[in-house]
Amino acid sequence: MNALKKLFGGNTRQFGMIFALVALIVFFQIFTDGRTLTPGNVINLFNGNSYILILAIGMVLVIIAGHIDLSVGSVAAFVGVFVALAMRDWGLPWWAGVLFGLLLGAVIGAWQGFWVAYVGIPAFIVTLAGMLLFRGFNQFVGKSNTIPVSKDFQYLGSGYLPEIGPNTGFNNLTLLLGIVAAAFVVIMSLRARATNKALGADVPELWVEVTKLVLICGAILYATYLFATGRPGTSFPIPGLILAVLVLIYGFIADKTVLGRHVYAVGGNRHAAELSGVQSKKVNFMVMMNMSVLAGLAGMIFVGRSTASGPFDGVGWELDAIAAVFIGGAAVTGGVGTVIGSIVGGLVMAVLNNGLQLLGVGADLTQIIKGLVLLAAVAFDVYNKSQGKRSITGLLLKNFQRNNNEIKPDETTSTKEVISKEA
Amino acid sequence: MTTLDTQGEPILLEMRSITKEFPGVKALSNVSLRVMAGEIHAICGENGAGKSTLMKVLSGVYPYGSYTGDIVYQAETQQFKDIRASEAAGIVIIHQELALIPELSIMENIFLGNEPTKWGVIDWAEARKRSLELLARVGLREDPDTPIKEIGVGKQQLVEIAKALNKSVKLLILDEPTAALNESDSQHLLDLILGLKGRGITSIIISHKLNEIEQIADEITIIRDGKSIETLNVKRDGVDEDRIIKGMVGRTLESRFPDHEPKIGEVFFEVKDWTVGHPQIQDRLICKGSNFFVRRGEIVGFAGLMGAGRTELARSVFGHSYGRFIKGQIYKDGKPIQLRSVRAAIDAGLGYVTEDRKSLGLNLLDDIKTTTVAANLRAISNYSVVDDRKEFSVAEEYRKSLRTKTPSVEEGVAKLSGGNQQKVVLAKWMFTDPDLLILDEPTRGIDVGAKYEIYGIIQRLANQGKGVIVISSELPELLGLSDRIYTIFEGAITGVLDKNEASQESLMKLMTSSRKAA
Repeated sequence: MNALKKLFGGNTRQFGMIFALVALIVFFQIFTDGRTLTPGNVINLFNGNSYILILAIGMVLVIIAGHIDLSVGSVAAFVGVFVALAMRDWGLPWWAGVLFGLLLGAVIGAWQGFWVAYVGIPAFIVTLAGMLLFRGFNQFVGKSNTIPVSKDFQYLGSGYLPEIGPNTGFNNLTLLLGIVAAAFVVIMSLRARATNKALGADVPELWVEVTKLVLICGAILYATYLFATGRPGTSFPIPGLILAVLVLIYGFIADKTVLGRHVYAVGGNRHAAELSGVQSKKVNFMVMMNMSVLAGLAGMIFVGRSTASGPFDGVGWELDAIAAVFIGGAAVTGGVGTVIGSIVGGLVMAVLNNGLQLLGVGADLTQIIKGLVLLAAVAFDVYNKSQGKRSITGLLLKNFQRNNNEIKPDETTSTKEVISKEA
Repeated sequence: MTTLDTQGEPILLEMRSITKEFPGVKALSNVSLRVMAGEIHAICGENGAGKSTLMKVLSGVYPYGSYTGDIVYQAETQQFKDIRASEAAGIVIIHQELALIPELSIMENIFLGNEPTKWGVIDWAEARKRSLELLARVGLREDPDTPIKEIGVGKQQLVEIAKALNKSVKLLILDEPTAALNESDSQHLLDLILGLKGRGITSIIISHKLNEIEQIADEITIIRDGKSIETLNVKRDGVDEDRIIKGMVGRTLESRFPDHEPKIGEVFFEVKDWTVGHPQIQDRLICKGSNFFVRRGEIVGFAGLMGAGRTELARSVFGHSYGRFIKGQIYKDGKPIQLRSVRAAIDAGLGYVTEDRKSLGLNLLDDIKTTTVAANLRAISNYSVVDDRKEFSVAEEYRKSLRTKTPSVEEGVAKLSGGNQQKVVLAKWMFTDPDLLILDEPTRGIDVGAKYEIYGIIQRLANQGKGVIVISSELPELLGLSDRIYTIFEGAITGVLDKNEASQESLMKLMTSSRKAA
């Protein structure tokens, strides 16, 4: 038991939730008679959820900063239709279409960021308005028609890594990618370990580290095997590749950069952040703008996957993305959450969805179960905080929160509180 | 139904040996208070002496059973279990922060929770009639339909009293009623309280403004360190401000400060004619043309009662982070500088440790190392990427040099004790390497041992040639620590005393009146 704790506790905060994800996969693998972990199904799962996961990356930053974005589905749809039109009517090549879409996302984000950060309207309201606005724009611009996109553009949403090199029976590029990823994980953890040791910080025992690495690398290589041995013509999907790159970039930004620190600081205690010299308005603006850029990207990937843009693209996406973030351990009050956690949270929802489908559970029951999972995940979070102790499930979620400190309400009331409210 | 005291005067209220403990602190210890029917009774004491706690016990905010001792009111022992119970008995408390709803009208506020009804429906005609009567009684000429947010604080205070009168109040408790009022509003309010006395309503008034107390109170009970010290009869004992101050600060000074030989250099930081408006209320000034300066290596104290404008002054100087800047000029090393944002202030070499650690100073979700570097991320990052190794070693360095008690710098700050949290906040600002560090109530909520250590840190900073401003409500602390002390009253600097000429009495005098020191 102690060994397990060491393995799943400690510095890697996401391990608890990953454990829950693995348990879910194993459960479905057993009860679907092995239909869950087949190359076809796994590729499908990634293709069908990549755009939600991309939204979750942006959404977790928004939620860490203490806001919310309800407009992402509509923004995605609007960018999708506008880009499809631009390519059809103005003859833009696919790459220019993508750039145009990202730019459009940035402009929309600047619009929403302006109202949230500089005018001070709650993001809930601004993006609720945005949800209506951009849904309307989508249908206005596209005249509620579906607009097909070129084959090149479709590659963005439904392409695979090409076949290169000798015929090994696997997709070579996918294999290469898997090996590089595994090597990357090993090198990074060993480097972190060496750094921590040099600084005199606590490091887990060697066997813990090794076991952990073996498990992670095993998972990566197994996934690689699944992706590389799919039906001919399929391999690691392009949306998955985009997602992986984004996770790396945003994980790095959130964890390692000054900007990332500022997002957490503003969400954790805006006044304290401002009195430490953080420009909270700028941070809020950036976070909201970034969300719309990613929404635009998600919209384009979806259009690529479904070969055409339509008037009802992206309906309900905001809710899926928000659910992923909260299952992933973010706090409703802001200041807490991680990019990896949100991806894991999104995958939990995706696996649940997929597994229930494979089991032949109807859409009605699936919705009910998903709703309960979301409620349960957040309820445990709230319960743990109010109790100051952890239940068993709480323990699973434990490593997933940035910090799980018990916060006691302030006993003293003074003029300061009035000032802080006014400031 | 009243009992009489030995001189045959009727007693309205007697609180006997009230003791109230919070975890780890005895807020009230054996406090007794006796209030005669129909008098104005003042309660005086320093911040934190226990005045408000005592009133919360009386009004049922702290219910019967959570304290020990007896409350005898109208000759009966009372067991108030909440505010409703005490209000039903005719005891109404008006808090310093008014409990009015800004969006509702005067009339709606007066009758809130107490609406006159007819067949279960609010009888607005009756409400209107009664509110007109009540407003006339408190001398407020306003349409009862005016929203609260459209009238000033002084008039809002009157609405609170009208609300109390509507509850057929017998004992009115006013907590710092004039703290937010200007002089003429204050005078009107005091006259009203005297008028109510004429109609047989007893008042208990808590105030820091001793001149007002001297003016209207019949009796004064002084509370110090959670104990009732004495009760003075204003007329019989010939009480004046000096007499009250003596009672309030009469505690013995303990040697609680490390030895320190100041090495004071020349003036390097100066603020002139600093004038700042209230963030919301037009025409109200929170800093009135303040002038002050700090020398290198000097610890400068700022003394003032709560609400006097100490924090507001410090925060507005620190990058205009509070209030509406109107005019004033900051000079550093003789050169005029503009500090329009917190960032600019930090870059110019200022640091500000906030009074309220939990709501303004710390992100309680963060760990120690993240907090330590939060105000100077530039120093530990390359191309805006944070260097974990530097972050960790910086945090370790401060943990060791400030002797912060924690298993590791990766521990969350919320888990630390108040003293250790304050050390982390100090570390955060020391890491920005400021020339001038402003400390707002640096030892609030910190135990004696940790206080001593914090004083040591402050003195070390001064020895390094930095200027330190200490804002504190604890006069012994200022006297023990500072080389020079400014006093603030109602947003204006009323005097400055050197270490050797300052005493609790002289400071308290300057802190409680607008009389300029000679």
